[in-house]
Amino acid sequence: MSTIALDRGTRHGLTLAWRGILKIRKNPEQLADVTIAPIVFLVMFTYLFGGALAGNTDAYLQMLVPGIMVMNILQASMTAGVQLNTDVSKGVFDRFRSMPIARSAPLIGAVLADVVRYVVCIVVLLIVATIMGFRVQTGPVELLVAAGLAIGFGLCFCWASVFVGMLLKTPQAVQGVMFVLIMPLTFGSNVFVGTSTMPGWLKAWADISPVSLLSDALRGLLNGGAIAGPLTGSLIWMAAAVAVFFPLATWAYRKRV
Amino acid sequence: MSLAIRAEGLVKHYGETKALDGVDLEVPEGKVVGVLGPNGAGKTTAVRVLATLLRPDAGHATVHGHDVVKNPRAVRSLIGLTGQYASVDEDLSGTENLVLLARLLDHSRTGARAKAAELLEQFELTDAAGRAAKTYSGGMRRRLDLAASLVGNPSVLYLDEPTTGLDPHARNEVWAVVRKLVANGVTVLLTTQYLEEADQLADTITVFDHGRVVAEGRPDELKRRVGGQTLQVRPTSLRDLDAVHRILGDLTGVRPTRDDDTGLLTAPVNDPVLLSTLVRKLDEAGITADELALRLPSLDEVFLALTGKQTEGSLA
Repeated sequence: MSTIALDRGTRHGLTLAWRGILKIRKNPEQLADVTIAPIVFLVMFTYLFGGALAGNTDAYLQMLVPGIMVMNILQASMTAGVQLNTDVSKGVFDRFRSMPIARSAPLIGAVLADVVRYVVCIVVLLIVATIMGFRVQTGPVELLVAAGLAIGFGLCFCWASVFVGMLLKTPQAVQGVMFVLIMPLTFGSNVFVGTSTMPGWLKAWADISPVSLLSDALRGLLNGGAIAGPLTGSLIWMAAAVAVFFPLATWAYRKRV
Repeated sequence: MSLAIRAEGLVKHYGETKALDGVDLEVPEGKVVGVLGPNGAGKTTAVRVLATLLRPDAGHATVHGHDVVKNPRAVRSLIGLTGQYASVDEDLSGTENLVLLARLLDHSRTGARAKAAELLEQFELTDAAGRAAKTYSGGMRRRLDLAASLVGNPSVLYLDEPTTGLDPHARNEVWAVVRKLVANGVTVLLTTQYLEEADQLADTITVFDHGRVVAEGRPDELKRRVGGQTLQVRPTSLRDLDAVHRILGDLTGVRPTRDDDTGLLTAPVNDPVLLSTLVRKLDEAGITADELALRLPSLDEVFLALTGKQTEGSLA
């Protein structure tokens, strides 16, 4: 790809990301899916189970917030696929494709708009958590690194949603499949409870699941504690997700559009 | 005469289905060609191939000399596409939709705003410019879709069933817009299921059925090819219906079709001279008629004859 083509692709991608952001502003309820559900979980788990699981709700909250952040980002990352699928099935894509723009631009646009979604999700979550009593134990730099890591995680795993989004016919089907994939991924982890009481097979998975490792890395960053191990594990998972799903997603995208 | 679109032997399969089965199509510059056919005839597939959205399995096509497969970018800079389903973003306003497309076509920020305003004005959407497209009526949305396909000043416009699902008033609005564009020299390829639409807008009509071209020609040529004219009479008084029915039957040698509600009698004829004979006979019988005409078969009848497809209620 020549430099000029790349520039055009990026510029058109940015224009289409602007469209995505406009759409978020017009339909804030779109974000409700990815913000309210995690907040409900946050409130419910903290006050219902926090005392039983961690001795008191405050201690539980400190452990839960980083995990919910991961759940949040994972859910938000499925929007890219749903959005792209909607554009294809509504014929908006045909219009873009009949224009002399870079073929990758709609894909770049959808993924970039997702970043905005991730940021909003993290900010909303942190505000609610802070009201509930959550405090960052480290510092602003660690907080920014944690947020950046979470966003990076979303950007790596969103290719799975793009892949599914290009494979299935309707946006509803994409949403359904992604939900079925994400729910066990989220619950089969250490987001809500430690893995020590889980049956062996589940513990074995939960200990190495990307959701657990990133949750631990974020806990380390926000609460203090071990970072290196879970961070390395998270980065390996992120690289693996990109290695597997990016080629699949671009293949399916090229086939579909 | 130079050709804006030339397609030769286009073939496209979807599994077992042959959506296109060797289609040739020529659209002269500045003309309107109507592609007429029932659902599933391959009209949309043909447009998608010509708009670079779909690769043909065989055959080739050019738009102003640029191959749709080998040089899609050059083709895309020449064409505008209005899909079967209005492909504007329903969440965005009219202005935002057009600005977005203008920006994608490398207009500056102010240039894009100006272009959007100009098109909204031209399509009488200025009042609705700031509203989300999903609040538009069917006709307004279709006009916005047309405006969207014109952002790049295309010289070739594809209109894929532009009035499907519109009420007659909205349909007339779209037709007026298309006529204006053609007057400005834009070449149009129009697909439609409505025979009247092709008759109204197209210079020539290509009839598709099962992925093949089954007929081609000017609307009146097509009508003539099917042959046969129809004589129709509506007596002023319904009381004369029986008498006129008898006269018309004697004259043509067939039993006229009779509509007792509207009082309209029709009979197929081969000799146009029969019209004047009928006038004389009615005069002799002292019967006046509100309507008396010799007409070519309607495109509906042409279509039926060419594709062998029976439409509902046409069995009589």
